[in-house]
Amino acid sequence: MSEMNTPVTAKTPSPEEVALIKKFLNDTTLFLGPDPEIMQNHDLMPRTEMEDECMRKVGDAHTIAKIRDRIQAGCDEGYEMVEQMGAAPGAKWGDVITGVYSASGDLAIASAGGVLIFSALVHHPIKFIIKNWVNEPTVGVREGDGFIHNDSRYGNVHNTDQSMILPIFHKGKLVCWVASTVHEGENGAIEPGGMPSMAESPCDEGLKMCPFKVVENYQIKRDILTFLQNSVREPKLQYEDMKVKLFACLRIKQRIEETLNTDGPEALISTLRTTMENVRAEVKRRVSQWPDMTVRTYIIQDSTLRENCVVKINCKLTKTGDRLIFDFRGSSPEFTNRPTNTIVAGLKGMLAQVFLCYVWPDLPRGQAAFAPIEVITDPHSIVNCSYDAPNSQSLMSIFTGFTAGQHAVAKFLYSCPEKYTKVHAPTFNMINTFIWGGVSQHGETLGNLCADLNGMGAGARSDLDGEHGLAPIFATMADIGEQELNEEDVPFLQLVSKKMTRDAIAPGKYRGGQGYTMIAATKDSEQWGFMTTCQGAKIPPIQGLFGGYACGCYPLSKVKGIDVYDILLNEPHKFKHSIEEIMNEQPFEEATYTTHHMGMGFEISKRGELFMISQGAGAGYGDLLERDPAGVIRDIEEGLISPGVAERLYKVKFDPATLAVNQEATAAARDAERKDRIARGVPYAEFIKTWNKPTPPSHLQYFGCWGDDVAKLYMGSPDKFRDANTPRPNYMVHPKDVRIAELEARLHALGAMGGEKQ
Amino acid sequence: MKVLMTEYLRIDLDTEQWECRVCDHTIGTAAKGYKEGMLVYNRDPREIHPPILDPEKYRFTFSPDPEWVRILEYYCPHCGTMVETEYAIPGHPPLHDMEPDLPALRAQWAKREEVKEPVVGPAVVPDQGHNH
Repeated sequence: MSEMNTPVTAKTPSPEEVALIKKFLNDTTLFLGPDPEIMQNHDLMPRTEMEDECMRKVGDAHTIAKIRDRIQAGCDEGYEMVEQMGAAPGAKWGDVITGVYSASGDLAIASAGGVLIFSALVHHPIKFIIKNWVNEPTVGVREGDGFIHNDSRYGNVHNTDQSMILPIFHKGKLVCWVASTVHEGENGAIEPGGMPSMAESPCDEGLKMCPFKVVENYQIKRDILTFLQNSVREPKLQYEDMKVKLFACLRIKQRIEETLNTDGPEALISTLRTTMENVRAEVKRRVSQWPDMTVRTYIIQDSTLRENCVVKINCKLTKTGDRLIFDFRGSSPEFTNRPTNTIVAGLKGMLAQVFLCYVWPDLPRGQAAFAPIEVITDPHSIVNCSYDAPNSQSLMSIFTGFTAGQHAVAKFLYSCPEKYTKVHAPTFNMINTFIWGGVSQHGETLGNLCADLNGMGAGARSDLDGEHGLAPIFATMADIGEQELNEEDVPFLQLVSKKMTRDAIAPGKYRGGQGYTMIAATKDSEQWGFMTTCQGAKIPPIQGLFGGYACGCYPLSKVKGIDVYDILLNEPHKFKHSIEEIMNEQPFEEATYTTHHMGMGFEISKRGELFMISQGAGAGYGDLLERDPAGVIRDIEEGLISPGVAERLYKVKFDPATLAVNQEATAAARDAERKDRIARGVPYAEFIKTWNKPTPPSHLQYFGCWGDDVAKLYMGSPDKFRDANTPRPNYMVHPKDVRIAELEARLHALGAMGGEKQ
Repeated sequence: MKVLMTEYLRIDLDTEQWECRVCDHTIGTAAKGYKEGMLVYNRDPREIHPPILDPEKYRFTFSPDPEWVRILEYYCPHCGTMVETEYAIPGHPPLHDMEPDLPALRAQWAKREEVKEPVVGPAVVPDQGHNH
């Protein structure tokens, strides 16, 4: 033993020994888990010799443009097929991408519409296939093969998204890949719809499909299909959409083959590589036009969807020359047993969306647009979680990460004379909608959601108000669908739908676009329920811009103990068409009225009970005292804001009967308010003496850095923290146990535990 | 040469000072954050985002919780324009939100004409469709 304890100088292995060790480890790998080498890299793969040779042979810009347009049209054709034929609600609203990938797996050309977050993160599974299956004798990659994938730890946004991936060969040689990806929703997780907020480990998240072969000779393998169907709540949808994705890929393959026949493989390969390299170079040129600067912002998540707490998304964006660096260090540590963590690729995908949709919408869609932009995070943080942490509600962190990026980018764009869009305040970022599931009126088992998640209010722009209920931040061209069509398939009605929620505002010189009310009630099933998965019931999830305000908060309201359909039949006058009236007037005598945060786990709903939520508003832009009084009156007339709130906030004086503006009184009121501001405002140096605190408040469960000290991450209280580079488990207590403990403490205090043995 | 940095702020590259674009007030050195030259007001968020549901009856009302978040409003001390807002956790130090690299900014604008009116950027217009 003593010999073993004697320190010895470690021997440096020779290159031969290193190679032998590597071979041994490769030959004896027991588990091909998610690969950090693939998953942490979003840049383009190095140019291959083949690509180099093809680019030397075919470099004519007209030929490249012609082929690129042809491939683009093929991708759009495939996208259209998926959207038209896909069974998933996600397919219908365009939660889809179809694309052509280089032989090395980079997404070179993608469909123009739909969900562009995919453009930066659907390439990872193909790289996994290339690295692991091409030379694996038990798998292999051959003509006619197709691979399926959904596990977000190997790529894509989250486990609701399923891909079909086909290699394309020309004369026996792999020249590129095609793939089609759809937000399918249901995946057999512990809650219906594929995005469980109750997941406490990856094992609760349903199907975990690392990329594997499910198609041979262009035929779906029936044995594997049957296994997958048995693993989800919607077996027919699983089959239908696998076929739809396969045939969309085959159509794109057909378009590629037409190009191969007319122009040859060199032209195709050169087009794919040249397109990506040109886009990457153009992004660096555009970045160089911005001011060299550091911008700091943070966005707060106010829940884990299970409990309210304060979770920081910290963002420092630095531009130097042609480099742009997103630094998310200081953001919350990952939660070990809550699903709001994201794989870093998801964050990068949403940041790519900032640029592709809101900054440079003219750029060709593909992986290259975000390739040169750098992202820094802490290990095992909520924006770069480990593979052992649940991430089924990663949307919470990628959406708030997106908003941090959008907010920071706006501060760079203002002074840059070269603009491709208007400067834009943050758009609302939460999927305020009903996720639903159960057995329908037709006896079908279903699990999915209302497309109202796509009705996010848009942020105001530098010369325009934000649009109401416009589009989701992850897909500016997505639709909110037809609720009436959906109601033919599901056993509930939206009794109030698309009606703007009055006074749920984001004021400014230009106000944010507002959100609308949804009141849902189950009707024709005893086995049906809802869930909601949003933050922002206590703290707004966005920031305002240049003096504009953010949105307010959005809770869930429930009315139970009634059957609203009986009321509508027998006492229709009692029904009201706003959450405000129903909750404040309480018109149904026997009912219970409650409010909640927006993280409602799946809950069975009885016939006629009301579940009521509102979509959110985008942020306002500029000082609200500069708002044109006519715009304020228009908002009153359109039911967006009540007269009293409008007058108090905007300092607009008007006749309450005619709404005619008194311009002089308005100007006087605004002048007086500016004077009041100067009177009540405190000089900065004085203000921070009393405002600044050395640690987070003890009355809040706070997660993340405090101030600029990004090396120290708080984990729920001022005396619990971790070093940013040293991961620690971060468990949350079950909310019911927290509540039981509170109630038991009260019983103890009252001496009412009755001598219960412990 | 002056550079328009935000809706209400510009930097004079010669004096290296933040200035208010509404009243021309000199706010302070651009080597530090503009907020250091501002007045600050700690706003109860319920005043801006009014409760839609009766706070006497309900825990959640559509208003932010003032124990959880405050709105820091930054005013120009000369004209009272609200230059920026910051939704902040109580006690969290205000962010140094814009920290320009002044030598780099000067070098960049040495090659540009001064811009006196902000460049708004293109509007989104309906596609006219394909025709001949």
